[in-house]
Amino acid sequence: MAKKVQKTMPFEEPLIQLRKKIGELREYTENAEVDLSAEISSLESRLEKLETDIYEDMKPWDRVQVARHPNRPTTLDYIPLLFEDFIELHGDRLYGDDEAIVGGIAMFNGQPVTVIGHQRGKDTKENVRRNFGMPHPEGYRKSLRLMKQAEKFNRPIICLIDTKGAYPGKAAEERGQSEAIARNLVEMAGLEVPVISIVIGEGGSGGALALGVGNHILMLENSTFSVISPEGAASILWKDAALAQTAAEAMKITAPDLLEMGIIERIIPEIRGGAHHDPVKQAEFLSSAISQSLDELNPMSGESLIDQRYDKFKGIGVFTE
Amino acid sequence: MTIIRDIFKRNRERNDPTIPSKEAKDVPEGLMCKCPECKTIVLTKEMAKLQKVCPKCDHHCKMTAHERVDSLMDEGSFESIDDHLKSSNPLGFPGYTEKVEADSEKTGLNEAVLTGKGTINGQAVVAAIMDSHFRMGSMGSVVGEKITRAVEKATAEKLPFIIFTASGGARMQEGVLSLMQMAKTSVALKRHSNEGLLFISILTHPTTGGVSASFASVGDINIAEPKALIGFAGRRVIEQTVREKLPEDFQTAEFLLAHGQLDAVVHRHKMRDTLSTLIKLHTKGAVARG
Ligand SMILES: [Zn+2]
Repeated sequence: MAKKVQKTMPFEEPLIQLRKKIGELREYTENAEVDLSAEISSLESRLEKLETDIYEDMKPWDRVQVARHPNRPTTLDYIPLLFEDFIELHGDRLYGDDEAIVGGIAMFNGQPVTVIGHQRGKDTKENVRRNFGMPHPEGYRKSLRLMKQAEKFNRPIICLIDTKGAYPGKAAEERGQSEAIARNLVEMAGLEVPVISIVIGEGGSGGALALGVGNHILMLENSTFSVISPEGAASILWKDAALAQTAAEAMKITAPDLLEMGIIERIIPEIRGGAHHDPVKQAEFLSSAISQSLDELNPMSGESLIDQRYDKFKGIGVFTE
Repeated sequence: MTIIRDIFKRNRERNDPTIPSKEAKDVPEGLMCKCPECKTIVLTKEMAKLQKVCPKCDHHCKMTAHERVDSLMDEGSFESIDDHLKSSNPLGFPGYTEKVEADSEKTGLNEAVLTGKGTINGQAVVAAIMDSHFRMGSMGSVVGEKITRAVEKATAEKLPFIIFTASGGARMQEGVLSLMQMAKTSVALKRHSNEGLLFISILTHPTTGGVSASFASVGDINIAEPKALIGFAGRRVIEQTVREKLPEDFQTAEFLLAHGQLDAVVHRHKMRDTLSTLIKLHTKGAVARG
C-alpha cells in the first residue's frame, strides 16, 4: 500500500512535536560538525515512552477520532484482505442499490460466507457515491435479502458495522427507514446460520444495529457503538456540541465499556495508534477473531443459534426488581 | 434520539389538555380543559367521555396509559404485570434517578410503559401501552424489559399481543443499553410470530426514533391514530441535512398511509371495535382449513 500522508489527531500532538525535534537534530548533525547522538538517543527513548503512554491509555474521545480517521480501513479495504473469491451482489429488488452498504459472497478459510458491511468514502467524490456510509431503506433491505440468501445456502453471515447512522432524509422516511431497520432486527433474530457482527469504525444508533443482531458482536479496540453521537448527546445534555469530548466519556461508547456491559463478546486488538497505521496487519487480527467465532458457532444447530441469540439480547439491560 | 427534544418542543403547545397551559390560566383547573389545537374549552368530564378527542376539531389529545386501558379493555379486565421493575442509573447520569422518580410519582407508573393482560369484547390479549408523560415515553432498560416480558407472556399463553406506542425513541441517559432494547424486544417478537400469533401495533402521537425503528413498525397489522407524528429522524435534522422545505403533513399518520407504510389510520372512537374485529378474524380454529 502506498504511503499516504497521515492525518494527525490532536491527542497525537506531543508525539508530532517530539518527532519533529528529533528530525531537526538529525538534520543539524548531518550538516554541522557536532555529535548530538547522545541527545538524539535520549529523545528517542523519550518518544518511545511517550508513544506507550499515549497509545496504551487512549481516552474515549481519542478513540472517537481514531474511529473517524479518514484513512481508517473500510469494509471494502478489509474484504480482499480477509476473503477470497469475493463477488459483490447488488440491489434490494424493490427500489434500488444503496452503495452505503456493500454485500456479497466470499470464501473464508475454505468456507463460503456472506459478507455485508457499511461503506463510507475516503474522499468527497466517494462519499457522495456512498452517502457517507449512511444507508437508505434499500440498503437495509438489500442486507436482509442477502442474509436470507445466506440462510438458504447455510452460509455464515459476517457483518461489518461502520456508520454514523441511517440517513436522516426525506426519501428515506418516505420509503420506510423505520420499517427497514425494524424488519432487519426481527428477521436477524430468526436466522438459522451463524451471524457475526463486527464494529470496525463508528457504530451509530439504529442504523448500525440493523446489521448488529449477531450471535457474536465484536468490536475493534478503537471503534465505538452508541445510541447517539457524542456531539448529539452534548447538544441535548448541555446545549453545546463542543462538549462532545465530555459526552464521549459519559455515554460509555468504547469497546471496553460495551464488553463490561455484557453487550459484546470480544474486543479485537488494534495496531498501536489505530488500524490505519497497518491495514494488512489489522486484517490478520480480524481474521483470527472471525476464525475463533466461527469455530464456536459452526457446530451449533439452527435452533441453538436462534436460542443463543435470544438469550444474549434478552440478557442486556440494567434494572432492579 | 436527537429527535426527542425536537418533537416535544414543537408539540408543547398541543399537549395533554388536563395540564393547563399558560393561556388556560383562566380555566378552572380540573373542571374544564382546553383543546390544544382549536382552543375550545370543554368540561373535563365530557372530554373523558369523548376519549380525549376534541368535539369541535377532532384533535386526538394525548392519553395516559391508564386512560387508554379504560377506553379499550372490558371494564375491570386488565391486570398489569411487572410494576415492580425499577430503572437503575447505569451510566451514573446526575439527576437521572430523581427524574425517573418524579415521573413515576406524576404518572403512577413504574416506567414509560404499562403492560398486562385484559380482554377486549371478551377476547383475551396481552397489551403494552406506552405513556409519553413518563420521560417522553423514551425506552430504557425497564421499558425494553417490560415489553419483552409482555411478549413472552403472550407467546406462552398463545395470545395476541397489542402495543400502543408513544415515544420519542431510545433513552439517552441509559446510552447504548437503550439502543439494545430495540434488539431485545425484536427477538421476543420473532418468537411470538413463529408461533403463528397475532401482533397489532398501534402508533400514537408521537412515535419516533428507536421505537419507530423497532417494534412499532413490525406488527402483522400497523395502525395509527389520525395526525400522529411518526418517523425515524427528527424533522429539524432532516431539514438541516437535505436543505429543502418538507411538506406540511410530513411524517404524519396520513403521510405514512399514502406512502404505503401503514395498514390503516383509525379514529380513536373506532379503535376498540377495530381491534376487536381484527382479533376475532385471527381466532384459531374458527373454521378448520385443510
Ligand atoms: Zn379542538
